[in-house]
Amino acid sequence: MSDQRPVQPKESEALLHRAEAEAERDPFAGVDFSALEHSIYRPRTAFSVILSWVVTAMTLLALVPLFAVLLMLIWRGGQKLSLALFTQLPPAPLEQGGGFGNAIVGTLIMVGLATLITVPLGVLTGVYLAQAPGGSKLAAAVRFSAKVLTGFPSILAGVFAYGAIVLVTGGYSAIAGGIALSILMLPTIILTSESAIGMVPAKMKEASIGLGATTTQTAWMVLLPTAMPGILTGVMLAVARAAGETAPLLFTALFSNYWIMSGGRFNLMQPTASLAVLIYNFSGMPFKNQVELAWAAALVLVALVLITNLIGQSFSRQQNLQ
Amino acid sequence: MSSVPETSRIQGPEEVKAWHAGQIWQPPSKMQLVIDSAFRGLCIAFAALTVVLIVLLVVEIGAKAIPAFREHGLSFIWGRTWDPNRDVFGILPEIWGTLYTSLLALFFGSLFGVAAAVFLSEGYMSEGIFKILKMFGVQFHPFWGKLPERCELLLKNLIELLAAVPSVVYGLWGLFVVIPLIRPWCNWIHEQFAWFPLFSTDLSGPGILPAVFVLSIMILPTITAISRDALISVPPKLRMAAYGLGATRWETILGVLLPTASRGIFGGIVLAFGRALGETMALAMLVGNANRLTVSLFSPANTLAALLANSFPEAGAREIPVLMYAALVLLAITLVVNMFGALVLERAASKSEAK
Repeated sequence: MSDQRPVQPKESEALLHRAEAEAERDPFAGVDFSALEHSIYRPRTAFSVILSWVVTAMTLLALVPLFAVLLMLIWRGGQKLSLALFTQLPPAPLEQGGGFGNAIVGTLIMVGLATLITVPLGVLTGVYLAQAPGGSKLAAAVRFSAKVLTGFPSILAGVFAYGAIVLVTGGYSAIAGGIALSILMLPTIILTSESAIGMVPAKMKEASIGLGATTTQTAWMVLLPTAMPGILTGVMLAVARAAGETAPLLFTALFSNYWIMSGGRFNLMQPTASLAVLIYNFSGMPFKNQVELAWAAALVLVALVLITNLIGQSFSRQQNLQ
Repeated sequence: MSSVPETSRIQGPEEVKAWHAGQIWQPPSKMQLVIDSAFRGLCIAFAALTVVLIVLLVVEIGAKAIPAFREHGLSFIWGRTWDPNRDVFGILPEIWGTLYTSLLALFFGSLFGVAAAVFLSEGYMSEGIFKILKMFGVQFHPFWGKLPERCELLLKNLIELLAAVPSVVYGLWGLFVVIPLIRPWCNWIHEQFAWFPLFSTDLSGPGILPAVFVLSIMILPTITAISRDALISVPPKLRMAAYGLGATRWETILGVLLPTASRGIFGGIVLAFGRALGETMALAMLVGNANRLTVSLFSPANTLAALLANSFPEAGAREIPVLMYAALVLLAITLVVNMFGALVLERAASKSEAK
């Protein structure tokens, strides 16, 4: 480049002028900018903006029932709320006062029974599914059955328990109710356990096997403790669902106006009260006191279910933090 | 955990000595191998039990329905009267009521459910909150900056809470709040448009419309959750490409995102249909339990699940097998719908993985 003739001052000035003129001329003179503008008055964009507002409105509208239900429960159920509700027995027709202490105990016992049945079954099935080789036909069948069971109508679980337990043992019982509930809890626990165990890092499992641990030792000492928060979330969600179920209890546990502790003995083989069935029975009665009790029971039941749900969600947050 | 041996927690010099003595890594003993195979067998047995359970459910209900099937045959499905005194049973009105209420609820539930899924997956809410925060200049503040994300999560959880409220509570709410609220409106519509088949009767209390209303609220969370997952798993490059071509946000949603996620959304809708078919308590309380074959939205009707819930506790020995037969019909319908839904979702998942 050194042998090139240096640029003369006059010539460079001319070049500069030309460049300035070039810059002043609008390079986009022929372009119609209004066509590119994102004005909301053009049909295409207006359509988009309107639909955005429609979707927002619909989402808020979908949440209205949730708040409407909760407000009504607090308003109508809250009026009746007192300690007597938790300690007294359901009133007879036309009788004033009363409570549903036996129904709370009954719900807790039957849900507890169902949890005792389903947790070992569900978690161990989850362990199997998470460890099963990819092409396993049994694993695929189990997974598919669990998914189909999640949508199984709750009333049919009741019909099954009626046929298999009530007719065989010869009477309505807390046991039959617990078994009916366990059919509804099982799929939730299986599927959440499987995904929680599947999320355990592969290197932890491999390290355990590398130290000579058997599959069983790996499962008990590495997989289950690590996946515990996720499994507990699933268990809590299943418990919350079971606590609110009515249909499977209608003709398995039936209802009872008495405590489950009769004559100092704890008897699981007798008709048992539950909050959900109490709400159903009392809501159909023409007595004001019973309807008010149904609202109070609904408030207690929803509080129970929502708290269980929130506890479950806090477990899953723990696992996410890890 | 009590089953963890002490040697697996290496802390002090004692454990370090044990480590060097080779007590930690060692081949499993014979006892451990026996326990291992027993535990594996137990896991497989429990897993197989799930499959057995489904077979057992079908066999148990089917076997109990056989006497009624022999006696009434297929005419049971076409029959329209239910009269235990004359021993005449038919469940056509119940089958019709089940399908009619479920399909109507499915229509409203999917409309609002998919809208909510789009709202959640597009991040409208965090966008709006971000804009408000920007006005105050705190959009990157350590506390306020997290607000958009938190509110989004809260909204998602709130919609899931809709599913957590027990159905009997929805029934109670429908009975004492919804029905008195909509009754004057429904009766006004009936007076004006009585010639239209959908409004041909007045709403005297429980009826199809309140039942459908509550049912659509109950299936909405299922549709929203599954649709949201499907929309989120659409590859971002598709959205970018649509924006790059100059599409507006809703042209992208309607032309690219929803069609790509359609399989997942469809699977969710089918599963929600299964839920609606089997839903019992809200319907038993709100649908009116009338053995009627009707298209009127304000008329009382009945569904299979509600029939079971209402008749089973008081059924005599003659009625039990008949109810078992009705349960078998409900079982067949819901199993087919649920299996179809599970298959569609499985296909959708495997297809998006293949991409």
